[in-house]
Amino acid sequence: MNPELKGRVFPPVPPYLVGREKVREFSRAVFATNPINHDPEAARAAGHADVVAPPTFAVVVQEATLAQLLAEPDAGIDFTRVVHGDQRFTYSRPIVAGDELTATLSVSSIKTLGGHAMVTAESRVVDARGAHVVTAISTLVVRGDE
Amino acid sequence: MSQTLTTPDLSTLTVGEVVASREFALTRDSLVRYAGASGDFNPIHYRDEVAVSVGLPGVLAHGMLTMGLAVQPVVDWAGDPARVVDYQVRFTRPVLVDGATGANVTVTAKVGALDVEAQIARIDLTVTFNDQTVLGKAQARVSLAAVAVA
Repeated sequence: MNPELKGRVFPPVPPYLVGREKVREFSRAVFATNPINHDPEAARAAGHADVVAPPTFAVVVQEATLAQLLAEPDAGIDFTRVVHGDQRFTYSRPIVAGDELTATLSVSSIKTLGGHAMVTAESRVVDARGAHVVTAISTLVVRGDE
Repeated sequence: MSQTLTTPDLSTLTVGEVVASREFALTRDSLVRYAGASGDFNPIHYRDEVAVSVGLPGVLAHGMLTMGLAVQPVVDWAGDPARVVDYQVRFTRPVLVDGATGANVTVTAKVGALDVEAQIARIDLTVTFNDQTVLGKAQARVSLAAVAVA
């Protein structure tokens, strides 16, 4: 992997519009049964504008940014050898249906460990006003030759 | 975010206390459903021959599916998904999902640390499949404040 990737900031990906049915579909897929994930009335009663996405929903928004990283011509990342090592989401506020979210990826670290390479990438997600919503941090492990 | 009757009171919690536990029965259907919902269509999550061809013992659950379901007992305990303000895991072992019998994933959620000032409880998750943990350092930070901290 190219060590010069460290510090690189990618162009923002096109905005992602969070749909209510997408939040419900994702909620069902991760066994989220809380009414606030599914029912706009329950969400409003709890003080939210619309249904609230599960904590890991941000991965859907992050995905396009990781695709940018893997496709970067000089990155030298063989995606068939990539394993997901760590994942973190840090929220300023929850994602709700109706949000228009824009994600920007930056590479925070590149490490090599025993033939494997590890890249940590942060996708900072902001809303239509530019306010921070969530930062999704992934560490991808690129396995060396075995 | 409103304080509801179901929101736990941080002052009554003790470190080490189990606050939630749940068992999830995964099937291949669960994986296909997650693939569609998340957009992750890597065939190692639904095609045996592809999984075997890349050296895996069989079809695996998406790590992000395991991460996604593991926090749900915490969400239900906290009463509102918005209370989970930070969530991290390390993927340490795969969850093999047998075509006929599926896979059972067990989640136990314990209080790991309490920040009284910030009204945040760190909830540590033990997530197991076949009696082995599959996630490491699985921690959710849960805001139990009466009013949302923006």
